[in-house]
Amino acid sequence: MDAMRWIVVALGLVLLLVLLGAGWGKGRDGALNVIGSTSVQPFAEMLAQEFDEGQEDFVVDVQGGGSTAGIQAVSNGIADVGMCSRSLKVEEAALLQAVAVAQDGLAIVVHPSNPVEDLTLEQVQRLFSGQAARWNQVGGDDRPVRLITREEGSGTREAFQNLVMCKSRISRKALTQESNGAVKELVRYDACAVGYMSLGLVGEELKAVRVNGVAPTVAEGQAGRYPLVRPFLFVTKGPPSERARRFIGFVLSPEAQRMLEREGLVGAP
Amino acid sequence: MRSEKAIRAVLTALALTAISSLALITAFIFKEGVPLIVQVGAGRFLLSSDWYPLEGEFGIFPMIVGSVAVTLGAMVIGVVFGVGCAILLTQFCPPRMVSVLKPSVELLAGIPSVVYGFIGVAILVPLIRDTLGGPGLSVLAASIVLGVMVLPTVTSISVDALQAVPKSYREGSIALGATEWQTTHLVLLRAARSGIVAAVILGMGRAIGETMAVIMVAGNTLDIPESLLDPVRTLTSNIALEMGYAAGDHRRALFATGVTLFVIIMILNTIALTVSRRRVRKVLAR
Repeated sequence: MDAMRWIVVALGLVLLLVLLGAGWGKGRDGALNVIGSTSVQPFAEMLAQEFDEGQEDFVVDVQGGGSTAGIQAVSNGIADVGMCSRSLKVEEAALLQAVAVAQDGLAIVVHPSNPVEDLTLEQVQRLFSGQAARWNQVGGDDRPVRLITREEGSGTREAFQNLVMCKSRISRKALTQESNGAVKELVRYDACAVGYMSLGLVGEELKAVRVNGVAPTVAEGQAGRYPLVRPFLFVTKGPPSERARRFIGFVLSPEAQRMLEREGLVGAP
Repeated sequence: MRSEKAIRAVLTALALTAISSLALITAFIFKEGVPLIVQVGAGRFLLSSDWYPLEGEFGIFPMIVGSVAVTLGAMVIGVVFGVGCAILLTQFCPPRMVSVLKPSVELLAGIPSVVYGFIGVAILVPLIRDTLGGPGLSVLAASIVLGVMVLPTVTSISVDALQAVPKSYREGSIALGATEWQTTHLVLLRAARSGIVAAVILGMGRAIGETMAVIMVAGNTLDIPESLLDPVRTLTSNIALEMGYAAGDHRRALFATGVTLFVIIMILNTIALTVSRRRVRKVLAR
């Protein structure tokens, strides 16, 4: 009898804990959940920190996961704001509202020892489709080309596909890495490598080549000359909530935009 | 008496929960994955080399080849070193050394796989790239990392198998004039054969299922590898790489990849079970 009672109590406690846990999972009160693209994430984190210092009634909670994951999270109501580093697809645009908070250049990066300085869009396409398998076919020296791409579904990859590859496919031989950081790490130590990544994250260790003769810089992007530019979107389901509106308003403020430009992004269009 | 019954009921319920979670997982991945295999056609799904999930082409053949290549490579390394280690530990090693060596090999099992991957990327990959050529991220790198990861499994089960061989076998062989080494490879290894086979197959299951470390060192290309220095994508990496983004048919195709993996691992486990049962029967018959 006693044992029975204890077991019932124990099971009740477990149930209670599970329910509590589920309640917690629904979202901490006082947080604005921002989920999505790993390309946008570092910038959003920086802005969130800045934003949190200015006010007190809620905090901004930034998580990665990828553009598509962010869009799914917003559609399911898990996130308040989704971060997306590509244009919305038609069916997504029908359901969601998007605000472009910045633009990002897509840099074509190579090892610093690679003599190639300048590629045309068509040459980049030939490299990544596998038609040009050695660097001397695009004006470099005689070494093999090692392609580094991002995984299927990544916003960076989709932007690259749309801006550069158009209808042709990225070669099967391309090494697939799952973040900007991993791409950077590979190109940094491999003299034959070529990859693409967010311009703001290139850093000192890699060489970003000129595309169609235009240097990959914020200024050229702003002027509309650099051809590889994609939007960074904040996506909401329906009109943004009061909190989301305040955060997005902050991100679009001149102060925040200047901060983004300092970090290597091109300001909102 | 009543409390006895109650406790039994609770324990049964707990045991059933564990089993039902297995059943749920199985049912779920099959429910999500199988319709896609049917829709694409099993032959095309398994044997086509075109994986363009956003364009509706789902062929996982290169990944099956990748998983098999990496697993075989890992087993060559894992078995040579694991069984070698087991022979050393059971036959040629003073007990005091065994008490240090065995736990340290088993400790390898406690290192998180991401750490193996990180060491692979930081040390092994540059080493392969600089000395052997190629991108470094390769079948070879993945095989070595996985080979080390399966060592504890292969070693400890092989040790058990070798220790289960009756002492009289060894004594009889030595008494007949065989040397230690002859005794080991002509008598003990043969007597423990089924146990060692089970060790190898369990290690194989571990190698084929490993994900994180493989993503980091294998390169994840969609091409069929032509040499040990070519990069590959395994079934598990394919799921883990694309899961976060996938929706619709793409997502179902990843579950279908999971179904394929599940079936492969089931087959391996069944072989391991039958082989080790045969061993038990043999011992009992003695």
